[in-house]
Amino acid sequence: MAKILMKGNEAIGEAAIRSGCLHFFAYPITPQSEIPEYLAKRLPEVGGVYLQAESEVAAVNMMFGAAGVGIRVFTSSSSPGISLMSEGLSYIATCSLPVVVVNMMRSGPGLGGILPAQSDYFQATKGGGHGDYQLVVLGPASVQEAVDLTFLAFRIAEEYLTPVMLLGDGMIGQMMEPVEFPEDHPASPLNPGDWALTGAKDRKKRLVNSLYLDPKECNRINLELKAKYDLIASREQRFELYNCDEPYDLLVCAFGMMSRICKTAIDELATEGRHVGLFRPITLNPFPYQACNQAIQSVNRVLVMEMNMGQMREDVQLAAEGLAPVDFAGTAGGLVMSPEEVKAKMLDALASSKKPRARAKTRKGTKA
Amino acid sequence: MKKIFAVTNGLDPRTTHYCPGCTHGVIHRMVAETLEELDLLERAVGVAPVGCSVLAYDYFDCDMFGAAHGRAPAVATGAKRARPDLIVFTYQGDGDLASIGAAEILHAANRGEKITVVFVNNAIYGMTGGQLAPTTMPGQYSTTTPTGRDPKDTGYPTRMAEILSTLTTPGFIARVSVHAPKETIRAKQVIREAFQYQKDNTCFSFVEFLSTCPTNWGMSPREAEKWLEKEMIPYYPLGIKKRPEDFKEGWKHA
Repeated sequence: MAKILMKGNEAIGEAAIRSGCLHFFAYPITPQSEIPEYLAKRLPEVGGVYLQAESEVAAVNMMFGAAGVGIRVFTSSSSPGISLMSEGLSYIATCSLPVVVVNMMRSGPGLGGILPAQSDYFQATKGGGHGDYQLVVLGPASVQEAVDLTFLAFRIAEEYLTPVMLLGDGMIGQMMEPVEFPEDHPASPLNPGDWALTGAKDRKKRLVNSLYLDPKECNRINLELKAKYDLIASREQRFELYNCDEPYDLLVCAFGMMSRICKTAIDELATEGRHVGLFRPITLNPFPYQACNQAIQSVNRVLVMEMNMGQMREDVQLAAEGLAPVDFAGTAGGLVMSPEEVKAKMLDALASSKKPRARAKTRKGTKA
Repeated sequence: MKKIFAVTNGLDPRTTHYCPGCTHGVIHRMVAETLEELDLLERAVGVAPVGCSVLAYDYFDCDMFGAAHGRAPAVATGAKRARPDLIVFTYQGDGDLASIGAAEILHAANRGEKITVVFVNNAIYGMTGGQLAPTTMPGQYSTTTPTGRDPKDTGYPTRMAEILSTLTTPGFIARVSVHAPKETIRAKQVIREAFQYQKDNTCFSFVEFLSTCPTNWGMSPREAEKWLEKEMIPYYPLGIKKRPEDFKEGWKHA
């Protein structure tokens, strides 16, 4: 199939349909409204269900209901709306239901603004709602990758029966880029397995429920969820290394749109004989700690750059295991740094990274 | 020997956790009998709330959800839209439906979701131990209105059946009571009608049950029945509030 020019939000909507997802419940919010607008038109064309909920609280629970009866379903929102959905996501995760949630991040906190930001990193990767649950979180850096990760999101959600979040930002949602959809993607219906509420005909009744008054039972559920998250972490980590084939004097860590700007600055620095490597996690949860640690082995300075106040820095610090100081530079509130500003931050970090360490021996790591 | 009565297959034959004199049991039985009589048990999916009836998912012998507090109508919406062949019902108390879930019930009714809502109004929060509900009567004692509900401070009780009846969207809206055998027999007929509307794929259906809570009202079961009749029914009049047949197309579509 030839490449077509599409807006990020619309491309995600189309990718969901081609993943076989024909049910969508959501509430309008900038800067993701093109997803519901696109699906309001497209889903009836393909025999699907589009429904505008009265709130994000209702939308996430409609998704809970549809997933509970064994139907592939997704929703989309932006930062404040995701806060409202977090209650429902805790229930969905506990009930082990496969759903996909898109968060096209805008700036916060509070009502914040409508311009792009990455300030929901903690909310996405460390919980958001109550209790000991996790989301699998995927961070696209282009419209094409948003499409590819939408397909992956449904695959992971259904393989592990767990909610998956596509964590983009307003820029990914709003910009247009050439995009190619995989041809003949198999989109068989979701397998309702032995858990979906399809009516207790010729079988015992089933429950989709997250109340466990017996502490031993509740502990068992927590252990089961933990085992699932550990399995996902052992099998589904994804990351990109950029400009890391040759020795580099500084490692920059960035995700999503920020990594694109970093690449421009890194290319420019390369023409000036300055070598900066980039580590970009694609799975923000599970975070590729080991791969990140390996990329840090050969430098004595790490710079994390984000469109927030340094949230991913904590994960990079964990990955660094004290091997090198981890600096942070970034902006929030909807301000997006220019490549020149990013380059200046990298030069600052290079200046404080005076004694390049010898390149460390390659350690076995996770494949990209 | 001729068998003249059998316990419904719609309920699991276990002991419930409900207090002595509580009317949840009889309402459970009515809903379960109706599902069985209309031959709906094998395609029924119920949504249990948060509140005294949180464990309803254990009692109904059909597929069941346990929803977050107040969200049952949204969960039911998702389930019904995803599998329209299912018979989807919610079972909710007054804290769940009239307070924290007020938005979800209003909009599910307004969209005309083809679900059936069983609303149990006992004028108090039961499970959390007797606090003020939106439906608590003026002057009624609760643990958070220790001198009685003062409408100047907390407003008057919400009449959910009447509120939902004001919506233009066609629907079946009724209020019944289970304080006396005559009313209980009538209530059974009404809940049957409600599920029949869903079975026929006609409209949203909603039945409010006036119910007693002897434990949190601080009364014997018999006193509670009398109190319901004397205090609640005048404020919460019984009857069919609205039928889909009442609908008259009053608006030209844009």
